[in-house]
Amino acid sequence: MADDRPTPLDKISMLRSATPARIFLPRAGPALTTRATLDFQLAHAEARDAVEERLDADRLFNALTSRGLTAVRVKSAARDRRSFLLRPDLGRKLDDDSREHLKPLAGDYDLVFVIAEGLSARAIARHALPVLERALQSLGQTSWKIAPIVLAEQGRVALGDDIGETLGARLVAVFIGERPGLSSPDSMGVYLTFAPRVGRTDAERNCLSNIRPQGLSYADAAHKLLYLCNEARRRQLTGVDLKDEADTLPSGELRAIDAKS
Amino acid sequence: MYATTIRGTSYRFPDLKTLMAKATPLRSGDCLAGIAATSAAERVAAQMTLADLPLSVFLNEALVPYEEDEVTRLILDGHDRNAFAPIASLTVGEFRDWLLSDAVDEDKLAALTFGLTPEMAAAVSKICRNQDLILIAAKRRVVTKFRNTLGLRGRLSSRIQPNHPTDDARGVLASAIDGLLLGNGDAVIGVNPASDSPEQCYELLSLLDELRETLSIPTQSCVLAHVTTTLQLMERRAPVDLVFQSIGGTQAANTSFGIDLAVLRESREAALALRRGTIGDNVMYFETGQGSALSASAHWNCDQQTLEARAYGVARMFDPLLVNTVVGFIGPEYLFDGKQITRAALEDHFCGKLLGLPMGCDVCYTNHAEADQNDMDDLLTLLAVAGVNYVMGVPGADDIMLNYQSTSYHDVVAVRRMLNLAPAPEFAQWLADVGLTDARGELQPLALPASFAPLLERA
Repeated sequence: MADDRPTPLDKISMLRSATPARIFLPRAGPALTTRATLDFQLAHAEARDAVEERLDADRLFNALTSRGLTAVRVKSAARDRRSFLLRPDLGRKLDDDSREHLKPLAGDYDLVFVIAEGLSARAIARHALPVLERALQSLGQTSWKIAPIVLAEQGRVALGDDIGETLGARLVAVFIGERPGLSSPDSMGVYLTFAPRVGRTDAERNCLSNIRPQGLSYADAAHKLLYLCNEARRRQLTGVDLKDEADTLPSGELRAIDAKS
Repeated sequence: MYATTIRGTSYRFPDLKTLMAKATPLRSGDCLAGIAATSAAERVAAQMTLADLPLSVFLNEALVPYEEDEVTRLILDGHDRNAFAPIASLTVGEFRDWLLSDAVDEDKLAALTFGLTPEMAAAVSKICRNQDLILIAAKRRVVTKFRNTLGLRGRLSSRIQPNHPTDDARGVLASAIDGLLLGNGDAVIGVNPASDSPEQCYELLSLLDELRETLSIPTQSCVLAHVTTTLQLMERRAPVDLVFQSIGGTQAANTSFGIDLAVLRESREAALALRRGTIGDNVMYFETGQGSALSASAHWNCDQQTLEARAYGVARMFDPLLVNTVVGFIGPEYLFDGKQITRAALEDHFCGKLLGLPMGCDVCYTNHAEADQNDMDDLLTLLAVAGVNYVMGVPGADDIMLNYQSTSYHDVVAVRRMLNLAPAPEFAQWLADVGLTDARGELQPLALPASFAPLLERA
């Protein structure tokens, strides 16, 4: 009599779909088979290439301005990729020319968006604009005063503190390419810091991580970002005391919060 | 002031911590801190100067001020003068020769444990070659127990690290089952939670406990949440085997982790009170890593390797079951490439063992470091020769939650085979009992034990 119940081995293959982890890989003796080994090598090669890649800043700048957005380009004090990797302190501050370039633009801003390639130019090239457009669309219907968008080369998260302070913005949102994982060479993060100034610590920021189609979607990322922006403005802070409870609110609620603040 | 003249060139080192920093083999973190030797010759001059210093100097000159740092107080107040006696008259260089000598065996090293301060261990490591670090560490085994016996000679254990980007229960379970089928998990089945939410951690703890109970595995589980979260969960009677915490080598570094010595003591007491260990009561699990103090600006201008050894000075006061350095996780600004990662891991294992810790190592790297899986193969083999207690088993070596590469379940199988190492005895027996290994202890091809069936039914 036929037995259609799944066998334990079937169950194992069902479990395989429960995680993107590299489970139940085929063995050759105690080692991996050739194919599994080379699959890993390819993933590592892609992640390495993502780290080395530089952002096509001209292209992104043109994309921003062609949408009618005001953008400005700056550089961190890290001259090249090697000094960026070895000297995080340099990636956190503006180079002198960029600072002078920004100073005349200082003004009364609620929020400045900073776009920095960080460790994955690929992530920024793919995901920065879609998330930014969604966020700006919602913010356009509010009283928020938005600074020119700052496109930063060789920047780390804390470069946003220097930029925000120089521009006099009350809140900075840094879009940054995250450290590439083997399975995610193009993951973008967004870091939000209230009252940015040089010397802020990571405990004073909120972070949205793993933004990419296979992770946190553009729409969800923009939704959470707006929630955090509103809460940051309402409570005058970011960081560990500001929890991400955006999931508990329907998207329509965001504007209501903004109207109250 | 410490000074030396070599071939007509004089070198001056204003204080002990400067001398220690300049004597440290090259690594990017010390360069970033601005405390590294400025030339290769200056580094060796510092090593020569350090080699001539009496060990007792470290009892008289604190690298981090006693009054301002509870880790320094813990180290100096806990120093055992009687245990120190056999080496009290030695210089750092003579101490290296003593450690290497045939007369010094496992018992002598065990007796020395609390006579040695972390700074002394760090100092002697700086004038050891990699081979010395392996030779000496291999003499010293540190055995700990909870539900099995870890650290015995001829054994290599592993942690199953079944992380998942959203803590999905089926995903974690799938990765853990894969690890068990490959004979991993005798050190611990330990998940890094993606979220530090107490509810999520409670669910993960329950999941891992049920897995262990269902299969009657002689091992322990852990959810690597912040110690304060674990304390809350213990109050709520969650099934906590081990209390996990990342620790550093200065009070300020620990503050940056949101902890102090008092909360570690409190959590250990709470875990002991649960009485969940069946054959031993080592209930703590610590992770460390060179560079953590500098990254928190909590380094007092000390080199990162010395501060790492001081973290072991913290760990050993809490009788941990497991301690591992997460050596290459921190990134290239602290350890630039495979060479620096390898050196740091061997130093960490050496210092940890001399200080009496059950040292494991997360043999790992990030994608922005100049390293690859070949470097990890080399390091894993070196550490296994040095007698490392345990390493990580990550599915396919790819941690999809923390975004870095470590060692795989397969790597553990391979190294056990190459060096004729077995899992912890109770765990090895379990593997044989359920039919995962044959009479020689070798893994069976495509084995799926009948005892796994109920687990799969629920999956």
